Amino acid sequence: MNWDVILPLAFFLISVFLVGIYTSRHIKSGPSFLQDYFLAGRELGGFVLAMTMVATYGSASSFIGGPGAAYQLGLGWVLLAMAQLVTGYFTLAVLGKKFAIVARKINAVTLIDFLKARYESKWVVILSALSIVVFLFSAMAAQWVGGGRLIESFTGVSYTTALFIFSGSVLVYVIAGGFRAVVITDAIQGVVMVIGTVIILAGTILAGGGIENIMGELRAENPNLITPYGSDQSLTPLYVSSFWILVGVGVVGLPQISVRAMSYRNAKAMHRAMIIGTFVVGFIMLGMHLAGVFGRVVLPGIEVPDKVMPLLALEVLPGWLAGIVLAAPLAAVMSTVDSVLLLVSSAIIKDVYINYIKPDAEEQFVKKLSFGITAVVGLSVFAMAINPPDLLIWLNLFAFGGLEAAFIWPIVLGLYWKRGNANGAIASLIVGVGSYMFLHLNYPNLWGMHTVVLPIVLSLIAYIVGSFTKGVRPHTNTF
Amino acid sequence: MKKGTDWRYRVSNREAVMGTVLAILNFIWWYAFAYGLGGRPIKEYTYILGFPAWFFYSCIVGFVVFTILVWIMVKFFFIEVPFELDETNEDGEGDVR
Repeated sequence: MNWDVILPLAFFLISVFLVGIYTSRHIKSGPSFLQDYFLAGRELGGFVLAMTMVATYGSASSFIGGPGAAYQLGLGWVLLAMAQLVTGYFTLAVLGKKFAIVARKINAVTLIDFLKARYESKWVVILSALSIVVFLFSAMAAQWVGGGRLIESFTGVSYTTALFIFSGSVLVYVIAGGFRAVVITDAIQGVVMVIGTVIILAGTILAGGGIENIMGELRAENPNLITPYGSDQSLTPLYVSSFWILVGVGVVGLPQISVRAMSYRNAKAMHRAMIIGTFVVGFIMLGMHLAGVFGRVVLPGIEVPDKVMPLLALEVLPGWLAGIVLAAPLAAVMSTVDSVLLLVSSAIIKDVYINYIKPDAEEQFVKKLSFGITAVVGLSVFAMAINPPDLLIWLNLFAFGGLEAAFIWPIVLGLYWKRGNANGAIASLIVGVGSYMFLHLNYPNLWGMHTVVLPIVLSLIAYIVGSFTKGVRPHTNTF
Repeated sequence: MKKGTDWRYRVSNREAVMGTVLAILNFIWWYAFAYGLGGRPIKEYTYILGFPAWFFYSCIVGFVVFTILVWIMVKFFFIEVPFELDETNEDGEGDVR
């Protein structure tokens, strides 16, 4: 056992755990319980909002998979990762004030509340709830596998034990504290991610003998490593540009991101969040991916890309510092799954149960149910992650692109295009998810772009065509 | 726009357009430097602070410039509107629910 590394990690886990418990004391009971549990009472300030967006969005791939790819492909992959700079401001500018104002007017707690009020259609609600539960459940399970593997690789405990430690700490603070615990722990995790990025980047540059030296060695090994085209010249400008859709502007369609746009306290908080969020996203993406590229000089010959970051941290840093840095990817994974867990349980409780099964459920009962469903969802994910079935891995492949293709137009055009109606939204949901799955299976990277591009175009067409068919126009003046 | 549309929506529409324009400028900056300078033969690359010039301008300077532009946009062009209004004045039928 490597105690140097384990102690800071354990310290990190326990702190997050305690903060979660502490925040649970703030949960109000009574009529505002749902708003409080699922939205922290709409009172997020700018810093916390920015950090929770960054931490939720920055998943295992930003810290494990991404730097691994950068290690293999060189600066071209860092260029690709920088497409994410736009998410920091674009999502908040587009959802912006309107989403927050509408959400307050209609008293929305979840994304589906918004869609339900906007389109007044049972099918929109059912299809959206179904997509959220199925896709996010799978995406969550995949992240838990990542979290378990991460702890396993630093500490040497078995995978099952690691998974148990990981899911135990996440579950307790999410169930007890709800959204407030999630965003506050996210803020801590966001800070850990930033500090981790600084340390690992600085350590790697020092170990590699300076940037000039590193670039020289990379060029000597394979000049393509320092071009925008990738070591094997596989990164075409079109392919790299298409990531602006997947990880840049398309993120507007991810439910776990859009729900945060309902929770800010006021316009000032939103403004601050845009500035801080842009800086932090850009900084983390640039720093972590550059560290991956530089790692090629410091530690050549790593075969498994996912191991680049952990090995690099252990190589260039003293043990205790490596422990702090390795808390960063763990933070990224935890802060992604905690939000998604809450989103899945809110879809079940708020969007399905209270909407259609028992609209007049008692407060006290809803409260117990919220804790209960969150626990059940969490435990089922745990069970799935112990030995992930093929179906889950298969669904996870579709999760983010599929959700973006499904939701981006019903959200964005629902906000800004008065003609949009339920037929359009249903068509867009079905065409978005359907075409994404079909293309992903049959024609991945069609015409050299990432698969997500075409389904987003198709679902836009479906939305517009659907909206011009005869349909009920919402008569409210709310939108 | 028909009468009774919430005035705050005009603010938010304008800001959504500004955010989109900034995203488009961001893409152009990123693309032009990366493939404009990076598309040359590697022998002709120039280096700044150790980085190839295309990467330095596209990713590093681009990151700094657009963070500053976001700051300017938000500070000088975004308007702070209240999220909660007293619904009884001006838009009498605003709160239909």
